[in-house]
Amino acid sequence: MSGFDYLDLLSLLAPETILVVASLAVLVVDLGFMRAQPLPARWLAGGVVTGLGGLLAILWLVNVQVQANVAEGILVVDALTQLVKTVLVAMLLFTAAISLRATFTEQVGEYFCLLTLATVGMMFMVSSEDVLMIFVALELTSLSLYILTAFNQQNRAPAEAGLKYFLFGGMAAAFTLFGLSLVYGLTEATNLRDIAAQLHGKTLDPLFTVALVMVVMGFGFKIAAVPFHLWAPDAYQGAPTPSAALIASGSKVASFFVFAKVMALGFAGAEGSGAGRQFAPGWVPVLATLSVASMLLGNLAAIAQTSVKRLLAYSAIAHAGYMLLGLLAMSDPARRADGMAALVYYATTYGLTTIGAFGVVGVVERNGGETLEHFAGLSRRSPLAAVCLMVFLLSLAGIPPLAGFFGKFYLFTAAAGAGAGSLGLIWLVILAIAMSAVSLYYYLQVLKRAFVAPLPEGVPPFAASPIESLALGALALAVIVLGALPMLLLGALVEAVKTVGF
Amino acid sequence: MLAWTIYLSFLGAGLLTLLPRNRAAAARWLALLTALAGLAAAVAGTVQFPGGAGATTLIKTRWIPPLHIQYFLAADGISVTLVLLTGIAAVAGILFSWNIEHRAKEFFAFYLALIGGVYGVFLSFDLFLLFVFYEIAIIPKYFIIAIWGSTRREYGAMKLALYSFVGSAMVLVGMIAAYVVAGHLTGRYTFDLTALAQVHFPAGFQRWAFPLVFVGFGILAGLWPFHTWAPTGHVAAPTAASMLLAGVVMKLGAYGCLRVAMTLFPAGVMMWRTEIAALAVIGIVYGAMVALVQRDFKFVIGYSSVSHMGFVLLGLMTLNQIGLDGAVLQMFSHGILAGLLFAVVGRMVYDRTHTRDLGELETMGLSHALPFAAATFVLAALASMGLPGFSGFVAELQVLIGAWSAFPTAGVCAGIGIVIGVAYLLRAVQRAFFAEGAEKPGKAAAPELPPISWPERLGAGLLLLASLVVGLYPQVLLNLIAPSVTSLLETMRKGGAL
Repeated sequence: MSGFDYLDLLSLLAPETILVVASLAVLVVDLGFMRAQPLPARWLAGGVVTGLGGLLAILWLVNVQVQANVAEGILVVDALTQLVKTVLVAMLLFTAAISLRATFTEQVGEYFCLLTLATVGMMFMVSSEDVLMIFVALELTSLSLYILTAFNQQNRAPAEAGLKYFLFGGMAAAFTLFGLSLVYGLTEATNLRDIAAQLHGKTLDPLFTVALVMVVMGFGFKIAAVPFHLWAPDAYQGAPTPSAALIASGSKVASFFVFAKVMALGFAGAEGSGAGRQFAPGWVPVLATLSVASMLLGNLAAIAQTSVKRLLAYSAIAHAGYMLLGLLAMSDPARRADGMAALVYYATTYGLTTIGAFGVVGVVERNGGETLEHFAGLSRRSPLAAVCLMVFLLSLAGIPPLAGFFGKFYLFTAAAGAGAGSLGLIWLVILAIAMSAVSLYYYLQVLKRAFVAPLPEGVPPFAASPIESLALGALALAVIVLGALPMLLLGALVEAVKTVGF
Repeated sequence: MLAWTIYLSFLGAGLLTLLPRNRAAAARWLALLTALAGLAAAVAGTVQFPGGAGATTLIKTRWIPPLHIQYFLAADGISVTLVLLTGIAAVAGILFSWNIEHRAKEFFAFYLALIGGVYGVFLSFDLFLLFVFYEIAIIPKYFIIAIWGSTRREYGAMKLALYSFVGSAMVLVGMIAAYVVAGHLTGRYTFDLTALAQVHFPAGFQRWAFPLVFVGFGILAGLWPFHTWAPTGHVAAPTAASMLLAGVVMKLGAYGCLRVAMTLFPAGVMMWRTEIAALAVIGIVYGAMVALVQRDFKFVIGYSSVSHMGFVLLGLMTLNQIGLDGAVLQMFSHGILAGLLFAVVGRMVYDRTHTRDLGELETMGLSHALPFAAATFVLAALASMGLPGFSGFVAELQVLIGAWSAFPTAGVCAGIGIVIGVAYLLRAVQRAFFAEGAEKPGKAAAPELPPISWPERLGAGLLLLASLVVGLYPQVLLNLIAPSVTSLLETMRKGGAL
């Protein structure tokens, strides 16, 4: 392949470049000029710089149409990746917005820098079809997130959470890398489509099944699917709330997107079957197992939680189980486009909802704590926060007309449709729907505190800061609007998936 | 016009949330005006309704094209009947909640959101849209009961929410499966109910899909043995919510059974018809017998709802014109009468005496203290046990005639249920209002109770009038219902039923 034009490359990577520059600018501004200022001013300045960078990146992503495949899949830019990147940057912005009143650290510049770098990592992850590049980007994201988890130096829990996250993550990454090396050994390719071409028409090599399982381990860790979920509750609880929000939203969207690409594009032909009584080895039964385990354990364990952050962590595990249904739908070539669109829609709306939920938790945490008792009487202490919380949690439970409902519906329809009307995966859909019914119980436990429980004596009313209120209100509105008029996002998404040709 | 019932209700709910706090009077007037506007829209829509067998399309537009989902509102005679019922019940419910002061604006906002969802279900002809409205109705119910309820309210509310959600989960599975299977069979993916009704689903599929969807909806209709949410939910709920639960929410379930489960899977109906008819009859007799031994006045009415809804389900299973006519009429009639009974028990009696224990009420001589309540209850009870001249008589008679030709044994058993119904209602009337002990001098004199207020009188009058009009001249509704039932039966016959 001939050398490529670096100017072209720059225009393809402009959003990432803008964000990297913004991440450095935050450091310069904070360390260079704001050191002497009071903490709130520094947070605001950091937020403004990050926000400007993010807005610029979004403007570029939305307005500049490019399509390219550089260096055999190292960098793939098309309508779909641009859309997913837009979502990721939007999530960065919302995360930054709910960080502004934080008091957990004085290293404001470093915080925003890492937040942005994590997002850049996710963006590279999304726009590559080469396993090496995907792994490098995955590590950039992961390392940033490990530090963000342990960012609160005021007590031990965050350090413990960060360490746990790091150790598990490092182990999972090692397994993935080993798995990928086996794949390379078998196929002599790192590009996903080349891998698929090499695998095509062959019987399943035993060594390849080993590689498959190892690759799944790494991604399973990133998406917090059972049995690779053990870090999630501790990390969510120990991490500063905005960091947890980013782990639960952006990181999840990017991981799922790239996971779906690796499985559906790279390991095409090694699907196997997960239809009732027709199991055949391949990645479908592996993911079906993860999905079942995640839905069961996530939903059942969430019932027993008293910390709302832990509850959200277990609910995140459960949602990873639902989202795996999207990947399973993609195992049927006729449903691949549907599955991809459903997965991205679900991950996007889930991410937005989760940031919102963590945002409300953060506000409540600042005014007391984050266990269930602290939510008692929330609807009278802070009506806006309570109403937003209701929207977010009901969307997570899948109540129409909120975005979470349509996301689930689309995902389940795609999964049920896989396999030419044979309803092969309907057993998984039934389990998922049954588990959604279970989930309503624990979400209502939180809402019951917020709306039904009497106002405890002596707790003052409070309000979120204006920027927080704006961000939470915008997120709640987005969840309602995307639920009632899904075409606003789905139209572009389906179009993008079609042009990319899944 | 009919579509405005939905929009007005949600608009009213939205406006209420914008009201300042502590303005209970403004909130209830706004709610009443919204409900009246909804009722007016329902009546105007009924008057404009062209009649005939088919459904009149109100609006049909593409909503989510990748999944072939339409925003498709339409009405046939059955929908119109139930929309009318909802309009009347909504107004009456607000009149009987006139004394709500605690967090009034939230109460009425949840209330109107619930009503909007109910209207939406009755008018949706796209399965997805129907399901959306069906679920919208769940959450307000939970909060209304949990916040403003009485006995074991949080338990009752959670039980109701989870039962409803499990029911709708079953419906959701059936609906996704029907979409996929129909799309694969015909090459045309759609959620359009009229189009899905033309699809001949394979018998093996209908064998499991029909009971899944029917029971899913049936849970909300009080189908025995999935009825247990009903008594606890009704008892825990504040008066207006009991009225709505029994009056319209249970009808949502029955309507879903008819409109979705039975029309989509006619062959499935044939496979399961006897079993479901048996469950319905058990519900009739069991509900009546349990009502006979309750000490709590409200439990009597709660179980009577299970019994009366059994008539609806039995009517549906007869699969003949008169039985189905009766079932739909019974939905209307029970909606009115159960609302009235709950209003007397919850608002007129309990809010004043603060007890619902029949043993304690016995000593109060309420027929002297609250003559209006006593008179209303007697009339409602007579109507409910099937006194000719009221709506209950025409409805249950038709169901019985229909059942007699379809399942004679079931007809006889249901008749026994009616007799027990007379017994428990008379027992309740006698113990709550006309107990002998209290009239004797020397017993505790009737306590000073606040008089019945004008909103209560209005509400009771409205409901009694509705029942009386339909009872004296059933054609007013039957002219709407019968052609639609005929065409539904025709569709089902083509699909393999009968």
